Amino acid sequence: MNRARKLFGAVALTTALALTAACGASSDDGSGATNAKNVKLRMTVWTSNQDQLELFDTIAAAYRAKHPEVSSITFESLPFEDYNTTLTTQIAGGNAPDMAWMGDLSRDLIASDALVGLTDKLKATDGWQYDDLEASATKEFSRDGTLYAYPFSTSPFALYVNTDLLAKAKQKIDPKTLTWDQVAAAGAAVHSTTGKAGFVVRDFDYKAWNTLATVWTGFGAAAWSPDGKKCTFTSPEMEQAFTFLHDAAFKTEAMPGPGTTADFFAGDAAFTVAQVSRSSLLTDKFKYALYPLPAGPAGRQAVIGQAGVGVLATSKHRDQATDFLAYLTNPANSEKLAQFFPPPRKSLLTGAKLAADNKVLTAAQLQEAVVDQLPNAVTLPNHTSPAEIAQKGKTALDAMWKADADIPAVLKSVCSAIEPILAK
Amino acid sequence: MAALTKTPTTAPDASRAPTGARSASRPPFWTNRRRDVLAGYLFIAPQLVGVVLFVLIPVGLAIWYSLSDWNVFTGKQTFVGTDNYAALANDPQLPSVLWATAVFCVGVVILNIGLGLLLAVLLNRRFRGATFFRTLFFSPVVVSVVAWTLVWGFLLQDNGGVNGVLDAIGITGPNWLQRGDTAMVSVIITQVIRSVGVNMVLFLAALQGVPSNLYEAARIDGAGSRVIFTRITLPLISPTVLLTSIITIVGALQSFAQIAVLTSGGPELSTTVLVYYVFQQAFEFNDIGYGSTLALMLLSFVMLLTLLQWQLRRKWVFHEQ
Repeated sequence: MNRARKLFGAVALTTALALTAACGASSDDGSGATNAKNVKLRMTVWTSNQDQLELFDTIAAAYRAKHPEVSSITFESLPFEDYNTTLTTQIAGGNAPDMAWMGDLSRDLIASDALVGLTDKLKATDGWQYDDLEASATKEFSRDGTLYAYPFSTSPFALYVNTDLLAKAKQKIDPKTLTWDQVAAAGAAVHSTTGKAGFVVRDFDYKAWNTLATVWTGFGAAAWSPDGKKCTFTSPEMEQAFTFLHDAAFKTEAMPGPGTTADFFAGDAAFTVAQVSRSSLLTDKFKYALYPLPAGPAGRQAVIGQAGVGVLATSKHRDQATDFLAYLTNPANSEKLAQFFPPPRKSLLTGAKLAADNKVLTAAQLQEAVVDQLPNAVTLPNHTSPAEIAQKGKTALDAMWKADADIPAVLKSVCSAIEPILAK
Repeated sequence: MAALTKTPTTAPDASRAPTGARSASRPPFWTNRRRDVLAGYLFIAPQLVGVVLFVLIPVGLAIWYSLSDWNVFTGKQTFVGTDNYAALANDPQLPSVLWATAVFCVGVVILNIGLGLLLAVLLNRRFRGATFFRTLFFSPVVVSVVAWTLVWGFLLQDNGGVNGVLDAIGITGPNWLQRGDTAMVSVIITQVIRSVGVNMVLFLAALQGVPSNLYEAARIDGAGSRVIFTRITLPLISPTVLLTSIITIVGALQSFAQIAVLTSGGPELSTTVLVYYVFQQAFEFNDIGYGSTLALMLLSFVMLLTLLQWQLRRKWVFHEQ
């Protein structure tokens, strides 16, 4: 055999092997992608907490024992920071999961008919008790009376207080009449006395401005009109809220300024606004308390952050995925999930039930900060094209975080930036 | 070569030849030249496959995507003609993005090549610890870009390490990442410190290739250090200057992780360079069509700049004269 023949032979063999491998890889489970006897389900989640993943695996194993046609249920952990980008890339690349957790991406998914309607299935499932769902919890994930994602985590924002730091600064607060001005005053006193930070809106970091809704809601402000068409950043209430925040950052220094980090849970701040589900970060490093959000000029308002789980319309196994979702969220399993995620079910929403699985908060704290807040709570700002609104809003709001900022002008520029997206 | 093609290296197999006269008159197909050509193609085939799969096909797809509107949630693609190109012309953010890209590239290229050359000249001498310093300046190159940038993110905070050091010597440092001008300076410097080692090594290799007798002759003729550097060293290492400038400009235009981790393009749009803007449009805003249009614009910039440098090489690269 001469050299050319050897080379040809090698190329032919390599090509054959590559084609064989490619053909092997393209087969879903060896019996065809739509083989209902060997269904493989996949759910994307953003948690990597082992306890939570083990609970999901346990529930999935119990489901598969009753449904032998489902050969596997995988929970794929994606990094929280890139979750939306990764999920949409998977969808765009034709590799969409069967089920997915979703936060602010839900509006886009629902508007694009990318989710399977769940209401009929959940109502038809024996013992599921659809009417047990708290109405304020399902609003964000519904359209025209149909629920598209189960709000498995409905976690109110609350005020965490480091009572040790307040004592050091000789500050006393009355939780029943607590206002934002009092929080700012006590926070400034803590900062000047101890050098620690006053109050921190967790995850804001002068970027995620939607978290400031936990403050401006108490001032009676909103990011946009209820129909989502008109920007309301220029309202007097919003101007008052941002004046309060700007003063806290640059005048009284009650709030750490841009580029300064302070972690409440490490003991670096007197107050933080965070979801109740973050209570797992509390340790015995310092004494703490948990209160509902302080009152602003518009009184005391409750704000919740939500996460839902839905079935992707592109799933090859929509029926099986929907059936599993109904099982995962039935009353019995919801009770198990409640140890990690505040549930949307009224039957589970009592301080005593929530406290049964919560090692750091008491029944009274959970009753006050979670249960009593849910019925009238508003959600963080949510709209279609959330990433674009967030980025354009942030770009405009960057001008706010300077000592000599022209607050009304900046707020006007926010509306100029996001109104074209709202109008889409 | 022509003579070789007429002379088969192996004798024709007489038993397979239909007739002796016909086989003698027709030259064999597999001549040495053809074998060499085939072997050459087979050797470059893996690279060609890579280029086709990961360059040509994606560029072709990007052109197609730039002519369409793609709803990533439903997978529906609609042909929109030149709408995305019209949007490019009317994008109010694009001038700021292009300005930030230009400032970033010019800053990185000047500092990277200047500092790389300076370090190479300084470390091209024999002194105790030269190897240590060469290793020291090259070591950031092997550090993960994300890890490197994350650490600098902490150092550049208002209450971070950089301002701590400045405070210790009585200087109040700025809030580096929160002001447009200092944020850009921060991004450029962290990028340069991380990558200058590559240019330094390339320049070192080039400097060590300059014949020492030229320096001796220049010194005998009375030339000073500056004249020797500008008349002998620089012209002789000009091929490396061309190489490093191409690598640095292309690298600067592709810098993404530093921006994403350190500033996310802010404050305002001060550090939103083109490649980060492409990412935002395509993967954060899910506007694949417009993102592809921007990516094609970036590709054309890179190609134009490389072509320009390649054409200019005749004027300033020693080996090309």
